[in-house]
Amino acid sequence: MASSKQQMHVLAVDDNSVDRAVISRILRSSKHKVTAVDSAQRALDLLGLESDVNMIITDYWMPDMTGFDLLKRVKGSSALKEIPVVIMSSENVPSRINRCLEEGAEDFLLKPVRPSDVSRLCSRMMMR
Amino acid sequence: MEYSNLKRQATSMKQNLFDQGYLDEQFYQLEELQDDVSPNFVEEVVSLFFKDSSRLMANIEQALENNPRDFNKLDSYMQQFKGSSSSIGASKLKSECIQFHEKCGEENIEGCTRSFQKVKREHGILKKKLEAYFQLMRQVGPGDRATCSSN
Repeated sequence: MASSKQQMHVLAVDDNSVDRAVISRILRSSKHKVTAVDSAQRALDLLGLESDVNMIITDYWMPDMTGFDLLKRVKGSSALKEIPVVIMSSENVPSRINRCLEEGAEDFLLKPVRPSDVSRLCSRMMMR
Repeated sequence: MEYSNLKRQATSMKQNLFDQGYLDEQFYQLEELQDDVSPNFVEEVVSLFFKDSSRLMANIEQALENNPRDFNKLDSYMQQFKGSSSSIGASKLKSECIQFHEKCGEENIEGCTRSFQKVKREHGILKKKLEAYFQLMRQVGPGDRATCSSN
C-alpha cells in the first residue's frame, strides 16, 4: 500500500513523444504522479508555478534548451536547486555524463530507459 | 478451448518476432508495465510510434530531395527515429537507422537514399506484423495480457 510519502511528483521532460509516453508509464506504474512536458522551457514555466515537484527527469538532447541547460538553471535557482535532476540520453559519452554529474545531476540513465533503472532510482530518492 | 489456442498463437507470434530480431527485450519490458489502469499501453505507444515515425519519414524523404542536401538535418531526423525505435524495442528498425546515420556521416547521398529505402521497408514490415499481433491480443482479451508477457 503506497502511502502519500511514497508517491513522488515527477516532472518528465522529453521532446520525443514516444519516450515521453514510456517514461510516464514507467513512473505511473509505480504509482507516482507524473507531469510530462516536451521542452525545457515548459518545464521551467511549470516549476515556476508548482512547487510540489520532487524530481525532474529530462532528456539530454532537446532543441532550443538541452537537458544540461535545464539542469544548470535548476541548480542555479535558490527555489529549485534542491530538486534532484536525472538526465537521460541514448548516447554513452563519459565526458558528458561526468559533466552532468559535476553540475549536480542526481543520476544519468541510458536510453532505452528500463523500468528497473527507474525503480532503483526512485527507491534511492525515497530513502532520503 | 478456442481461447487458449488464441493465447498460444499470440505468445508464439511474439516469440517469433523476438527470435527473428524484429523485437528485443525492451518490448517485453513495456508489456510488463501494463496493468488494470493501463491495459493497452503497448498498443497505444506502438501506435504513437508509427504516427510519429511516418511524419519523420516524410521529413526525411523531403530532405533527401532538397538541394543542397542538409546532412545534419537528415541525421537529426534519423536520430529521433532511432530513439523511438529503440524505446519500443524495434530492434531491426533501429539497426537500419544506425546504417543511415553512418551514410549521413559519410555525406554519401546515394548510400543515404538506399539506406532509407531499407528503413521504409522494415518500417512497413514491422507495422504489419505488430498490427497482426495486436489484433490477436484484442481477441485474447485484457485479463490475460499480463500473463502473456512472460517468455
